[in-house]
Amino acid sequence: MKSGGGIYLTLAAFFATTSLFAIGGANSAVPEIHRFAVDVQHWLTDQQFSETFALAQLTPGPNIIIVTLIGYHVAGVLGGLITTLAMTGPTCVFAYFVGRTSDRFKGAAWHSAVSRGLVPVTLGLLASSATVIATTSNYSWLALVITAGTAITAFFVRVHPLWAFGIAAALGAFGLV
Amino acid sequence: MTSPAPIPAAADPQSPPASLTADLRPDTAVQLPGLAEIFLAFIKISLSGFGGVLAWARRMMVEERKWMTPEQFNEVYALCSFLPGGNIINFSVIFGGRLRGPLGSVVALTGLLGPPMILILIIGAIFAHYGDVPALRRALTAVASAAAGLMLATVAKMAKPLFRNRAVVGPLIAVATFGAISIMRWPLPYVLLAIVPVSIAYAWQRRS
Repeated sequence: MKSGGGIYLTLAAFFATTSLFAIGGANSAVPEIHRFAVDVQHWLTDQQFSETFALAQLTPGPNIIIVTLIGYHVAGVLGGLITTLAMTGPTCVFAYFVGRTSDRFKGAAWHSAVSRGLVPVTLGLLASSATVIATTSNYSWLALVITAGTAITAFFVRVHPLWAFGIAAALGAFGLV
Repeated sequence: MTSPAPIPAAADPQSPPASLTADLRPDTAVQLPGLAEIFLAFIKISLSGFGGVLAWARRMMVEERKWMTPEQFNEVYALCSFLPGGNIINFSVIFGGRLRGPLGSVVALTGLLGPPMILILIIGAIFAHYGDVPALRRALTAVASAAAGLMLATVAKMAKPLFRNRAVVGPLIAVATFGAISIMRWPLPYVLLAIVPVSIAYAWQRRS
């Protein structure tokens, strides 16, 4: 853990900025958070990032709470709170005002162009997130098999995430991964 | 000119504007929830959902409490996925805000984020002590591998309609975004500021 007031400012500025570019949901920001936290700031190693992501997936609630855990890792409980506030505050204010005025532009041509234009970008971001998590987690052929097996199964049938996580955790705990 | 132009009489500031509440259950006599009810509902939604909370939000809002019709839910949800930030987080803000103003938003968001935040801080503290146990670390890394697989399945499902009809530009934009972020590892804001306007301009030019 690091300390000092500057760290809080760094966390707040980075996560507030990133939140505004998290189009399509919290998972779209995962590659950017990885780039900054692991590659630029060296707050975490690749493996720690992967573990943090897994802990957030195993906790009930919105996926965005991964940022709480990263903030906590970097600067304790206060770091966790500041990070969460930065990641949600600006977008919530924006959502509030759009939510109260959206009737006015419902059905507008630009509105539909914006939503359709965002679809392929969101897709590219989600694919990047999957890649980041796969490359920070898969160090063995069996780990790759878990990723591929989960992907293929979940593509064809509905898979409850906890089943996938439970089987993977058991394989990992027994040292097979 | 000394006196300002007369301001039109405003509606009762205590009650939400009719045009906004009309958006939520205009057709039935369902009692719309107060702040405490909104708070408890979002706590329940938050703690029931693993790996995405949307399904639980829909079940509670539309099926159990009947606070929204399916159409209203879809409309608000479409709006949320178009806004930056977590979809369900935006959903809580818009739902609370339309019913009870800023305080409604704060209450809904606190209910949604408070419990998982406390939980994950406890988990983080425990992990800081026991994080060296090799079996635990291996198990977590394997969970992340499975999570990557779930994300890949979502990507494949989203890609199916995009790659239909021999479309070229949409897939090209998706691949360019992927390459800029995953391979070049460029910062997200720069990538989006360059790609999003192009993508929206293309969608605009193709409107029917």
